[in-house]
Amino acid sequence: RHPAGPAICGTLHSVDQYLNIKLTDISVTDPEKYPHMLPVKNCFIRGSVVHYVQLPTDEVDTQLLQDAARKEALQQKQ
Amino acid sequence: RLPFPRSIVAHLWYFEVPEKHLVLLRDGRTLIGFLRSIDQFANLVLHQTVERIHVGKKYGDIPRGIFVVRGENVVLLGEIDLEKESDTPLQQVSIEEILEEQRVEQQTKLEAEKLKVQALKDRGLSIPRADTLDEY
Repeated sequence: RHPAGPAICGTLHSVDQYLNIKLTDISVTDPEKYPHMLPVKNCFIRGSVVHYVQLPTDEVDTQLLQDAARKEALQQKQ
Repeated sequence: RLPFPRSIVAHLWYFEVPEKHLVLLRDGRTLIGFLRSIDQFANLVLHQTVERIHVGKKYGDIPRGIFVVRGENVVLLGEIDLEKESDTPLQQVSIEEILEEQRVEQQTKLEAEKLKVQALKDRGLSIPRADTLDEY
């Protein structure tokens, strides 16, 4: 079993088809355990190792997302 | 002239090399070096690589030369801001010292784990061991 990696907070720069994540302006939740991450401002995270992504609730417009997802699903069917 | 053509590497990924990069591996190791290539699997080639071990307030760097890392072992790849690199709260020590510190730390952890397992056993409980099948 692999040890749990750091919990990282940052601005979502981009995501790709593998759900690899690029974050900018990052901060590590537990800097004592990961002191070498201090000079790191941007990072790439491999999608396969991500356990969860937490988004701030008030910054996510679920209604908009649902509508967009529905539209895309419809387009895909056609 | 750079030993590794910048144009070839640059178009493969977003980062502009050669910046110093930090790589976190799945086994918990930290590698620091110059990223020379990356592909769609996140396979990496690191140049002038150093394996950084940290215990408490100390750290040590073991020179490892050129590293080819298989993508599946990569957790995170970060760009190191060279200006910020020197303001670390940690004290650098010799390789021998940090390896000894690490050995002591592992020993302590092992003993604490043994006590825990025994305490649970005494109460008729057990923590199930991770099976390889859990991966699938």
